[in-house]
Amino acid sequence: MSEWWTYRLSSFLLFSPRTYYRLFELYNSEIWPGQVLALLVGLAMLALIRKGGPWQSRVVAAALCIAWLWVAWAYHYARYASINWAATYFAGAFALEALLLLAFGVVKKLHLRPCDGLIGTAGIGLVVFAVLVHPLIGPLVGRSWFQVEIFAIAPDPTVVATLGVLVLATGPSAWLLLPIPVLWCLVSGATAWTMHSADAALMPVVAAFALAVRKGLPS
Amino acid sequence: MRIETVVQIPSVNRRKLLHALAAASAAALTARTGLARADSVLTRPIPSSGEGLPVVGLGSWITFNVGYDEVARASCADVIGNFFAAGGRLIDSSPMYGSSQAVIGASLKRLGKPAALFSADKVWTSPGSRGPAQIETSRLHWGVPRFDLLQVHNLLAWQEHLPTLNAMKAKGQLRYVGITTSEGRRHREVEDIMRTQPLDFVQVTYNVIDREVEARILPLARERGIAVIVNRPFQQGALIERVGRRPLPPWAGEIGCTSWAQLLLKFIISHPAVTCAIPATTSVAHVRENMQAAREPLPDEAMRRRMAVHVAAL
Repeated sequence: MSEWWTYRLSSFLLFSPRTYYRLFELYNSEIWPGQVLALLVGLAMLALIRKGGPWQSRVVAAALCIAWLWVAWAYHYARYASINWAATYFAGAFALEALLLLAFGVVKKLHLRPCDGLIGTAGIGLVVFAVLVHPLIGPLVGRSWFQVEIFAIAPDPTVVATLGVLVLATGPSAWLLLPIPVLWCLVSGATAWTMHSADAALMPVVAAFALAVRKGLPS
Repeated sequence: MRIETVVQIPSVNRRKLLHALAAASAAALTARTGLARADSVLTRPIPSSGEGLPVVGLGSWITFNVGYDEVARASCADVIGNFFAAGGRLIDSSPMYGSSQAVIGASLKRLGKPAALFSADKVWTSPGSRGPAQIETSRLHWGVPRFDLLQVHNLLAWQEHLPTLNAMKAKGQLRYVGITTSEGRRHREVEDIMRTQPLDFVQVTYNVIDREVEARILPLARERGIAVIVNRPFQQGALIERVGRRPLPPWAGEIGCTSWAQLLLKFIISHPAVTCAIPATTSVAHVRENMQAAREPLPDEAMRRRMAVHVAAL
């Protein structure tokens, strides 16, 4: 692209905020009552993270893997790509993250620390936020309840939950799983900022928080 | 400044008939002009052919990219239907604009393929060898037998695309060839292409604030006989937002303006080098309002200066 420095972020926004949030509304209505199942999966994942056990991390990673694959296909590829050609690439990135979760979280075990202490609380706090609080943010800033973004259905809460799990994860393989969620936080924040959404800072702040906590972890 | 008029008749069938008559006997209609009548839409001739185009068209950047949302698609069809009913012809899109082409195509089908349509699209891909496939995909989205105008979007791979487009034109698969840029980018290169390539159209950003093209590109277009399409007439809504809170100046009525949108459009289309401005909208009220700007009276040079000074001071 020539003279790339002359482009603003808004030059890349292909749709109106109304169209963007209507996409969630239509998506939610088309997959109802899938949201109930997604919420149950989120709650089960939370319970499993708190409880621990020999299969804990593998089941959590498998749930996240399925969630990323579903979002890649059902949201990015099948819906978002209809208004944003870049979403085809987002679908590829989300599918790649699902593969990474499979390789480093299911096949090779991801070790999760207990949910106590500062780091443990931060990690589980992000997962709780993703499953229970994030869906409320849209309505709180004035969007319709029909446009709620739910874990394992929409990208943002799925990414936040994954960042929470990665904060809890120990070992170097967790770092391999971080780049795509962090990049998505930037993409999502930039999109929301360009649309002047009230919650535009949320995803970049979540990414910065997760990175800051992980950076402070003993290796 | 040569101005023609097309009399607006509400009935779709009568409009189609009129369009056919206009195409067949433009000279007869032109003879009735001078200063156009209040109920008629102003047209400007495309220099390379003499074909008249209404001075206000319809853009589709953002506004028609609504995906599979059937409610929004119906609303877009309504906007396009009202655009034609108000005497509009040129609709502009691009493969870069998400689902806009498909939404336009579905709207045209819903409206019974209006004969007045002047389809303007773009080729936007690199390398240039992908151009023909992209153009065919675009054509299928629109559902038209051929495009009236194809433009190289933002000069991307223009060296490869222009020969393709000129070959299509020579074979009768395309009527006009053009290039586009926006927001003041690569003007020097645009000028070079205008000087060296056979172009029918050039598309640039021009409005009462962004007036860089007045210095070189618009005079060059007149000199070379190239039609000019103007994008971003309202700076993607920012200009309307900026001036819209203020009352219209008292002299707006002298040039037939009842809204800021009309005033801003009249500034653009009153430049003698401009063939057509292409505001985009999702609102039926706005498309009607925009089309009202394509009517006499237009501001003269003194009034244009007054408009520019007034808006700059807001």
